[in-house]
Amino acid sequence: MIEIQGLTKAYPVKGGGTFTAIEGIDLTIQDGDIFGIIGMSGAGKSTLVRCINLLEQPTKGSIRIDGVEVTAARGKELLKLRRKIGMVFQKFNLLMQRTILDNVALPLEIAGVDKAARMSRAKELLELVGLGDQGSKYPAQLSGGQQQRVSIARALANHPSLILCDEPTSALDSLTTNSILKLLRDINAKLGVTIIIITHEISVVEKICNRVAVIDSSVIVEQDSVAEIMAHPKEDITKKLLGEVSWDA
Amino acid sequence: MLEALSAFFAQYGNLLREGTIDTLIMVSVTTVFAYLLGLPLGVLLNITKPDGIWPHKGFNSVVGWITNLGRSLPFLILMILLLDFTKLIVGTKIGVRGAIVPLIISATPFVARMVESSLAEVDSGVQEAAQSMGATVPQIVFKVLLPEAMPSLTLGGSISMVTILAYTAIAGTIGAGGLGDLAIRYGYNRKVASMMWASVIILVILVQIIQSVFSFVSRKIDKRVRL
Repeated sequence: MIEIQGLTKAYPVKGGGTFTAIEGIDLTIQDGDIFGIIGMSGAGKSTLVRCINLLEQPTKGSIRIDGVEVTAARGKELLKLRRKIGMVFQKFNLLMQRTILDNVALPLEIAGVDKAARMSRAKELLELVGLGDQGSKYPAQLSGGQQQRVSIARALANHPSLILCDEPTSALDSLTTNSILKLLRDINAKLGVTIIIITHEISVVEKICNRVAVIDSSVIVEQDSVAEIMAHPKEDITKKLLGEVSWDA
Repeated sequence: MLEALSAFFAQYGNLLREGTIDTLIMVSVTTVFAYLLGLPLGVLLNITKPDGIWPHKGFNSVVGWITNLGRSLPFLILMILLLDFTKLIVGTKIGVRGAIVPLIISATPFVARMVESSLAEVDSGVQEAAQSMGATVPQIVFKVLLPEAMPSLTLGGSISMVTILAYTAIAGTIGAGGLGDLAIRYGYNRKVASMMWASVIILVILVQIIQSVFSFVSRKIDKRVRL
């Protein structure tokens, strides 16, 4: 379980003052959830997800993963924490000079797993994402959807209990989006891994999430089960994201 | 024509061969040492930037400042400034050995900046991905930054080598030996035009070889192109 309380991230701005990216975020994410965080660009959703693995150091507030406070983690403890959280990015962020098999093995290499073990794990994961026969190819030889599959396999390498997805389908066409979402759903069902997915598209939430939080101008404006939010959106921004209000209203 | 050529080589062939060998020695020794020093320096310049993977603003400014200092002195001036230092290190101010000290000192900051700019081309998202995996700073440098930048580093290597080659020709003016020395002593001082031309032709050929070999290797190792 991930419990986020009062999470705030403010950046100093050139010439004095601060810019508050997220403020007072309270969220509870249960094990096995596919939790959507939806909002417009600039709402703060990327900052929020980067605070969870401390790529961004929060200014205030607490994040507890399975009851353990993580925001104070530093040095080795921080690296250990990150090794247990997978991450999937909008632009895949694969190493272009490594084969995709070596890309999937990278987190294991970083964690110090020996070569034979990491190669067999990487092969197994490429099978899982449907690219079992492509291991010796390089990212540039794959389509966007295939590259995102590789990056999902990579995120799973260290047997994480949590995967953070930052706009994982925003660089993909709608058909490919569906196949990636289906893959994430299958992985969640098969491995029980918790998934937090950041998006600006309600269709992504609708297709795979069980719970969703709506973020607007740095704060969470509502959160509930996807069914409830879809049926009874309370806030204007939610209605806009649902397409119930035209964008220029 | 043929007779003239063979007469020319009979007279100057040995000089040209020695000059070429001296130039090659200066260029290769300087390149090796300049990279031994300049590569770590370039990596430090890249990773200690405010948005780098190991931000250290003060350190970055100091190293950047020293690098710029080394870059801003023309090689000829630097070489003369360093004469006594050179004598202290290698025991002589002249010849190939005397030239190598100022060559290395001048080429190192150049190499550092070449390396820094190659590393700057590595996508920051990839570095962020490595950070999200719990990679240490050295792991990101050796597993991500340097391998991802390798094609660009290789191309940079040819630019560095050609620049060093040009420096060796300048070093010739104060008796460093090599092709630059020949061009000046015979071509300029003694007005042997054929020696001037012969030195220039060999230099041009060397530059072409360096450039094509490095470009070929860079293309060969780059996996970003669809095969």
